[in-house]
Amino acid sequence: MEGSKAVAEAVRLCRPNLVCAYPITPQTHIVEGLSQMVADGRLEAGYVLAESEFGAASIVLGASAVGGRAYTATSSQGLLLMTEVMFNIAGMRLPVVMTCANRAVSAPINIWNDQQDAVSIRDSGWIQLFVEDNQEALDSHIQAFKIAEELMIPVMVCMDGYVLTHTLEPVDLPDQEEVDRFLPPYNPSYRLDPDEPFTMGSMVGPDAYMETRYHVHMDMMEARGVIERVADEFYRSFGRHRGGLVETYDIEGADLVLVSMGSLLGTMRDAVDELREEGLKVGILKVRCFRPFPASAVHDAIKGVGVVGVIEKDVSLGLEGTLCSEMRAAFCGEESPEISSFIMGLGGRDITIEEIKQVARDLASNPACRVEFRGLREELMKGDEG
Amino acid sequence: MAEAARIINLMEPGHTGCAGCGQAIAARLVLKAAGPRVIVANATGCLEVYTTTYPRSSWEVPWIHSLFENAASVASGMEVALKAMGRYEGVKIIAQAGDGGTADIGIGCLSGMFERGHDILYICFDNEGYMNTGYQRSSLTPVGARTTTSPPGRMSWGNKTRKKNIPLIAVAHGVPYVATATPAEPRDLVRKVQKALEIEGPKYLHLLVPCVPGWGYESELSVTMARLAAETYLFPVFEIENGVITKVKKIKERKPVEDYLRPQRRFAHLFKPGGEPILEELREIADENAAIELGPATLFGRVKSED
Repeated sequence: MEGSKAVAEAVRLCRPNLVCAYPITPQTHIVEGLSQMVADGRLEAGYVLAESEFGAASIVLGASAVGGRAYTATSSQGLLLMTEVMFNIAGMRLPVVMTCANRAVSAPINIWNDQQDAVSIRDSGWIQLFVEDNQEALDSHIQAFKIAEELMIPVMVCMDGYVLTHTLEPVDLPDQEEVDRFLPPYNPSYRLDPDEPFTMGSMVGPDAYMETRYHVHMDMMEARGVIERVADEFYRSFGRHRGGLVETYDIEGADLVLVSMGSLLGTMRDAVDELREEGLKVGILKVRCFRPFPASAVHDAIKGVGVVGVIEKDVSLGLEGTLCSEMRAAFCGEESPEISSFIMGLGGRDITIEEIKQVARDLASNPACRVEFRGLREELMKGDEG
Repeated sequence: MAEAARIINLMEPGHTGCAGCGQAIAARLVLKAAGPRVIVANATGCLEVYTTTYPRSSWEVPWIHSLFENAASVASGMEVALKAMGRYEGVKIIAQAGDGGTADIGIGCLSGMFERGHDILYICFDNEGYMNTGYQRSSLTPVGARTTTSPPGRMSWGNKTRKKNIPLIAVAHGVPYVATATPAEPRDLVRKVQKALEIEGPKYLHLLVPCVPGWGYESELSVTMARLAAETYLFPVFEIENGVITKVKKIKERKPVEDYLRPQRRFAHLFKPGGEPILEELREIADENAAIELGPATLFGRVKSED
C-alpha cells in the first residue's frame, strides 16, 4: 500500500470528526484519499476545503475547541505558513493530529524530501514523531490520537515525502473493532459549549504567562513516558511494537554509532550490516521522537560509545545539523562522545549505502568532532572561482 | 429593543475598555440580540484584550480567541465539527473581528468562510484603524484621517485611500445577508443581528464603532459620532439580501460632513489652509453614498486613482 494511502486508512480508522487540509506536494495523496473516503461514505467526517494552510490549521483548531477529533496534513511551505497557528494550537492545549510529509523549504523552491520543515518548528509545542516505513506511519497515527488526547498536546507524525508518501510497501491494516478498542471516543474535559460557557484564549500578562508555558513544558517532558506506554499498549493490542522514543540496531558492543530520523534508517541498517561484515563495529540509534527530545533514552542508548555520527536532512544554518545539537545536549555535564554532524540528502539528494559506509569509515579513522556536508557535487562547488 | 433589553447582559461590565468605547456598546448589543445559545470566535484586538485579561472574562457565552487573522476559519471549523458530532442543533456561531482583522490581515480566512458557505454570522467592528496598537492606518481608514502611520505633514494630508468596500466584497461571494449598522441605532443593530441569525449560510454585518482615543473626540460623544457618520452619509447604513439592496437608512435631514469631522482630532488638519480639496473629496464620497438606491447591489464608492 502507498504510504499516503496507509495514512489515510489509519486516519479513517481513528474516526475523526473533521478533516481539513490544503493541497501541497507531497502531502496531497493523503488528503485525496480521505476526501474520496468521505465522498464514498466510508468516512463520516466533516471535510473542509481550506483556502490556505493557515486557514486549514485554524479550522482544525476551531473543530478541536468544540470537542471534535480533528486532523490535517501538510508539507514544507504549508507547514511554515501554519506556524503561527501551530504555536496557538499547542498553547491552547488542543489535541490535533497532523501528518507532515517532510519536504525541503524554499528558497530555492524544491518539492523533494528533506526534514527542514518539521525541524524548523520544533519549538511550537507539538510532539514530533518521525517514522521509518509505511507500517510505522500507519501505526503511529493511531497512537498519535491516543497520545494527543491523553496529554491534550497536539502530535505531528513526520514521514519523508515521496520516500514514504509515494512508495508502496506491504502494510497490515487493523480492523475497525481493534482500533475502536485501542482508541476510545474523544471526550475532552473542556470544550466550547453553550451549556457550560467558558473563555478560551484570553490575554495573559507577565503575572501568569510564564506559568502557562512552564505547565506546557512539564507536560511535554512527561509526554515521553506516555509515548512509551502507548507504544506498549499498541503492542498488546496489535502485536507489533512500532512506537516509543528511540530504537537501536546492532548497538551492542559498538565503537561507533550512527544516528538519524525517518526513512533513512532503512538504508542505514543495510549499510551497518555490510560494515559489520567489514569488521567495523557500528551500531544505529534511531530517534523516533524528536519533541519532546528523549535525552535520557538517547544518553542511555549510546553511553560509553566513543564516536557518534549524526546523519540528518536538515541544517541549522550557521551552526550544524539540528539533531546533532540535541544529541550533544543529551550529554550535558558529562563526558560526551565525539559527536559529529553530517548534513546529507537535502532537497531530495539521494543518500546511498556507500555514502553512509564512508561516513562510518571516516569516523573510525578520524573520530574528531566536526560538521560536514556530504554528497555535494564538486562541479557546483567552484562557484566564485569559476 | 425593549424585548432585547430584557435579556441578561451576555457581555458583562467591568472590562477595561475605554470610557465611551463605541465597540463595547455594539458588542454588548450583538450578544443581547443573539442570546445565550451562541459560540463566539473572536479575533485579536481591543475587544479581546479588554474583555479577557486573565483571570477575568466578560463573556457569559462560550468564547474563543485564537489569532488576529483567523476568527472566520476558527468559526468554520467549529461549525463543521459541531454538525459532524450532531451537536449543532440550536447553536449559533458568531465570528467577530475589527477592521484590520477583517479587511486586511484576515480577508483570506474571511473569503474562505464566505465561499464555503458556512452558517456563521461574521461581524466587523470597524473603528477605522489599528486602534489596539496605537491608531495605525488600516484599509478601512477614511480619506484624510490622521493615524500614526498616515500622519499629515508637509507632503501629506493624512490617509490617501478610500475605505475598502468589504460589504460588496461579501456580496460578490454570494453572501445572502450583508448589512451595516451603528450603535447609534440599537434597535436597528439588534434587528439586523437577529435577522441575520435566522438566515442559513454566511452573513456579514459591518458595524461602525467610534473610537474615543483613536478618533480624538470627547468620550460622551461616541453615539453622536456614530449618528453623524450615518447622517452625513460618510457611513451608509443599508441591508443587502441575496445581492439586492433592500433597505437604505433614510436620512431626514442630511448633515454636512464638517459636522462629523470637526469634533474629531484625526481630521483637525483638514480645517487648516489647504485642506479644502480633501474635504471636497469627503463630500464627494458622502454624495456617492447618498446615491445608494434600492435594487441590485452594484459598485458604489470607487478606488481613488493615483494623483
